[in-house]
Amino acid sequence: MANKEPQKILLAHGGGGRLTANLIEKTILPKLANEVLNRLTDGAVLRVNGASLCFTTDSYVVQPLFFNGGDIGKLAVCGTINDLSAMGARPIALSLALIIEEGFPMEILDRVLDSVGRTSQEAGVPVVTGDTKVVESEAADGLFINTAGIGVLLPNVNLSFERIQPGDKIIINGTIGDHGMTILSRRKGIRFDSPLKSDCSALADLTSRILEAVPGVKFMRDPTRGGVAAILNEIAAGAGCDVVIEETALPIDPTVRAAAEMLGLDVLEIANEGKMLMIVASEDAKEVVRICRDHTLGAQAAVIGTVATPQEEGGGIVELLTKIGGRRIVQMPYGRELPRIC
Amino acid sequence: MMLDRVDDARKRIQDAVAALARPVNIMEVCGTHTVAIFRSGIRSALPSSVKLLSGPGCPVCVTDPGYIDRVMDLAARDDCLVATYGDMIRVPGKNGSLETMNRSNVHVVLSSDDAVHLAREHPKKTVVFVAVGFETTTPATAVAVMTAEKMNLNNFCILSAHKLVVPAMQALLSDPNNKIDAFLCPGHVSVIIGSEAYRPVVEQFRRPCVVAGFEPIQVLEGIAEICRQLADELPQVTSLYNAVVTPRGNTRAWKLIETYFEPYDGPWRGLGCIPRGSLRLKPCYERFDALVRFGIEEIPGQEPEGCLCGRVLCGLIDPPQCGFFGSVCTPDTPVGPCMVSSEGACSAWYKYGRRGTIHGK
Repeated sequence: MANKEPQKILLAHGGGGRLTANLIEKTILPKLANEVLNRLTDGAVLRVNGASLCFTTDSYVVQPLFFNGGDIGKLAVCGTINDLSAMGARPIALSLALIIEEGFPMEILDRVLDSVGRTSQEAGVPVVTGDTKVVESEAADGLFINTAGIGVLLPNVNLSFERIQPGDKIIINGTIGDHGMTILSRRKGIRFDSPLKSDCSALADLTSRILEAVPGVKFMRDPTRGGVAAILNEIAAGAGCDVVIEETALPIDPTVRAAAEMLGLDVLEIANEGKMLMIVASEDAKEVVRICRDHTLGAQAAVIGTVATPQEEGGGIVELLTKIGGRRIVQMPYGRELPRIC
Repeated sequence: MMLDRVDDARKRIQDAVAALARPVNIMEVCGTHTVAIFRSGIRSALPSSVKLLSGPGCPVCVTDPGYIDRVMDLAARDDCLVATYGDMIRVPGKNGSLETMNRSNVHVVLSSDDAVHLAREHPKKTVVFVAVGFETTTPATAVAVMTAEKMNLNNFCILSAHKLVVPAMQALLSDPNNKIDAFLCPGHVSVIIGSEAYRPVVEQFRRPCVVAGFEPIQVLEGIAEICRQLADELPQVTSLYNAVVTPRGNTRAWKLIETYFEPYDGPWRGLGCIPRGSLRLKPCYERFDALVRFGIEEIPGQEPEGCLCGRVLCGLIDPPQCGFFGSVCTPDTPVGPCMVSSEGACSAWYKYGRRGTIHGK
């Protein structure tokens, strides 16, 4: 039996796991390859008249449109701001494109746009251009949003895989899995009542404080689809190192933990929308955690692991030290566990 | 407190292993245990002489390949809607999987109740519920049939692949080549069937049957208890999950199963036909039986050529000993069900084992 790639697009192609990576690398990239795109970072860095601009885009198809802690509008603003933040940029402007299904209630659109307005105002990143399309009934599921964002690279920031070394610490600014579990708890069929709340928030203020104070920050990435597991695998592969994280150090809300166990999901693979994974030099770790904890979006920040010398050539292995004293591999998620979480 | 329990359990395992002075093979019957064991790195925390074998307790994995083909045939009909748990949609049959075919006829449901609702919403189609699972999911299927019966719902039926755990354990031990010294029995199935259900296994085959929960520490304590029983040569039925597992189980759930289903010698992947190991609807409910309604014969299917899922399910080989493992067969492109199901042994080895090649040591 041949090892065939799927001949049609599967939901898992959108899941942020291995199939997404395959789609990008084998189908999209070969046709569009260029020096900037090939880096496959969260956005592009463009040198324009001596300034370094960051540019990124993201589409939002979350279901349900409203959930505890956020909605598709807030998500569309925060998600794109966070992509720019992860690149070490200060976001300066957003675009907003709406794809609306015929018959969509005006009142709901109003609420979503209120949320877009409020979130962009709070973050200090205005929507400066946009587009509206309406498609026939059933050609889209209510409302899809695309935002693009542009930002300016903060001075003296150099975030790249190349700077990551064994001994560096891995920090996250709070609990993991909150967003994905919240969405799942509202899904038709699973719906269960819980105090779960999405962590959806814009991280630009927190990341710029960190980057301004600590030049030893080497890499940042927001663990959205595919969760912490996906990003750590990307980091390990990109840096050619191994990564070791400790189960007892992972900040996890007890409700999220219980819900994930009930549904048989690994919290490490569940999406976040207000979290940043940061790789920092060991001597700077304490300071980064302190800055996080002084910020409203980082009260439960923690060092969750360490970059390690590769056990095999090329590295790329992510291991979890479990609370019972065992070790196991944390793989790149396949990507089908939670479709349409963002 | 937790760490004290971990240290204590590990010490008891060490002591028993020293007294035994021989390798020990413990089969975790259930896929949920398999995942819990891999996810918590328990294999790497055990002495090298204690080996864990993954058993036939993943419902997707033990479903006969012919069953998948029958589901595919039904999903291809214009007058049918297939309602299935998500785990089944990626299992390949001889003509692909439900995931790769026209999805509009295939509905992923999270409960048997959803399947009944689907039938109410689509009165012009016949909804076929893909009824797989052990004693844990069978009562829910029984409730669905009961609901359809009460509602006089004529467009709902089930294709039963429900199975019973204990006959499979007996079948495994009846194979002279088996390497199983003891069973770690699943907490959730035991809630339904009761710990006494394992008594025949202990009495007939003199193998310890220890029921444990799914927390890593509960699994570790279960293994410690098994090692002690082996060292003392006193195999017993023991439940370490007393908070929820009673000797007789959930009699109400059993009653539901017995009202609607009867055991028969049905086909299992890898294990062949196990005497009274499968469940089908009783003749008085045959109007809800997809086999009867569509005049389908239950013909055992063929495993994909070269796929060794059957041997993996019996604990005869570890997944990496299959030539397909990690090369042609991966979670992205699964050949056999043990790689498809999140509770399958191959998927767990691939996902949590180092580079998918050696086990978690």
